[in-house]
Amino acid sequence: MKKEFYTIANLLENNSKVLDVGCGDGELMKYISENITEDVRGLEISKKNIQKCIARGLTVIEGDAEKDLKQFPNSSYDFVILSQTLQAFLDPENVINELLRVGKKAIVSIPNFAHWKVRFHLLLKGTMPVTKNLPNEWYDTPNLHMCSIKDFVNYCSRKKIKINCPNLNYINFFSELGIFIIEK
Amino acid sequence: MNKIEKVKKLIVEKPLKLDCGKTIQNFPLAYETYGKLNEKKDNAILVFHALTGDQFACGINPITKKEGWWSHALGPGKSIDTNKFFVICANVIGGCMGSYGPSHLDDKVDKPFGTNFPVITINDMVNAQYNLLEAFKIKKLFSVIGGSMGGMQVLQFVSNFPDSSHTAIPIACTASHSAQNIALNELGRQSIMADHNWMNGFYAEKQKVPDKGLAVARMAAHITYLSKKGLQEKFGRKLQERDDLKFGFDADFQIESYLRYQGSVFVDRFDANSYLYITRAMDYFDLTKQYEGNLSKAFEKSETKFFIISFTSDWLYPTSENRDIVIALNAIGKDVGFVEITSDKGHDSFLLDVPDFLNAVKNYLNMSYKKIQ
Repeated sequence: MKKEFYTIANLLENNSKVLDVGCGDGELMKYISENITEDVRGLEISKKNIQKCIARGLTVIEGDAEKDLKQFPNSSYDFVILSQTLQAFLDPENVINELLRVGKKAIVSIPNFAHWKVRFHLLLKGTMPVTKNLPNEWYDTPNLHMCSIKDFVNYCSRKKIKINCPNLNYINFFSELGIFIIEK
Repeated sequence: MNKIEKVKKLIVEKPLKLDCGKTIQNFPLAYETYGKLNEKKDNAILVFHALTGDQFACGINPITKKEGWWSHALGPGKSIDTNKFFVICANVIGGCMGSYGPSHLDDKVDKPFGTNFPVITINDMVNAQYNLLEAFKIKKLFSVIGGSMGGMQVLQFVSNFPDSSHTAIPIACTASHSAQNIALNELGRQSIMADHNWMNGFYAEKQKVPDKGLAVARMAAHITYLSKKGLQEKFGRKLQERDDLKFGFDADFQIESYLRYQGSVFVDRFDANSYLYITRAMDYFDLTKQYEGNLSKAFEKSETKFFIISFTSDWLYPTSENRDIVIALNAIGKDVGFVEITSDKGHDSFLLDVPDFLNAVKNYLNMSYKKIQ
């Protein structure tokens, strides 16, 4: 399992109620259900991935995070997870608002566009960066709204969303991935 | 009819108050079972059939001599694995495969009920079938499963008996029959009633059969079970055993011939009055209204886990209507899974060999059964 998933799982409280938005093939959910809490559900857009989740015995609902989060009541989950998909939404701001409405807390991870490798790639090569976390070319990337850790933290501060990120400039330079707990 | 008298039946002695106000008792409920009930009695599944189905879900139907209606999904080693699970399937009341229905003899006059049979509802069907749990001394089913009208029964069952099943799989159904569905059913009913052999429903005592009307009803309904794309791919404009159009009203096209065939074989196995009664029950189905416009309330008291399935090309019970059930369950935080299966086979997909569907049901059941061990 990806290191990112262990980090996310460790942020959860035991026996809490968790919704994994864009749960993929259910790898993280499976780990959570076996180690942290049984009360975990997923929302996933890919039919293929849903079949994999069902085969793993996970509860998953087919749906699009941009449209289908609205069916979940306010504060109905302790944690809502969104792993590395925020930048792929047409309207990420709406998704953030929905995550914070449905979850008492949201755990959001973002690929950092200000990581030094990305910066140097653009500076030296003059082409759109292709890295481990950003593996696609500009013409086939699903990412519509790339941001840096600093952008995300600034956004949250501006919108009065609670977020904690000490040594922001240092982290913004050296981290490939940002994982945050945010809440209203 | 003799053969039908021989099918397995439970005589329900307990009075059952129907939604129409009448009370029935000592009535037959024809059923079939598949697989073995284990000692713990925790492996039982109640399968509900759709409009024209019956208790013979798999194997050879002893009356029609045809393969059971759910042979793709149910049987040894299948999605609903009868090597593992004990499956009960009953003929709905109002039906014509041995259960109490309009072709049943009215003892008072020694003639079939015909249209003197009371109008029944999905709620009545489910309440009648609940008696099977008592008959088999099953406290809690492992699952209730059904497609189309069978799915409506699943929803009604969980709302009536919130503690009686661990899991529920409503497939390609709705919580509230739409205007379009009612309209299509009315078309079928009018076709039957327009047949002069229908005789206001008392055809049996006059040795008549409204087979023309019933066949047309079936033809119309059959179109609604398929998708436009599926029809086009299977039939297109292909001609039926001829090289050119005949400039007449014979079945020039394969699709015409196919529908005529579907109509003609249907009348051999189905009773016209049962068709009226069961379609009426479907039309009256509105679980949302039963709970004052709030579908969530139907499931509030239940801990049953739901897995809802729809099909992309099903325009009769479209994904949106299935999703409404998901939304109602989510609104009260219930454990609900949902998947829309890609298929060109229309509403009929749940009866056919659609691997993604069959795998999803198999995996859901097997994984859920592990969890209750």
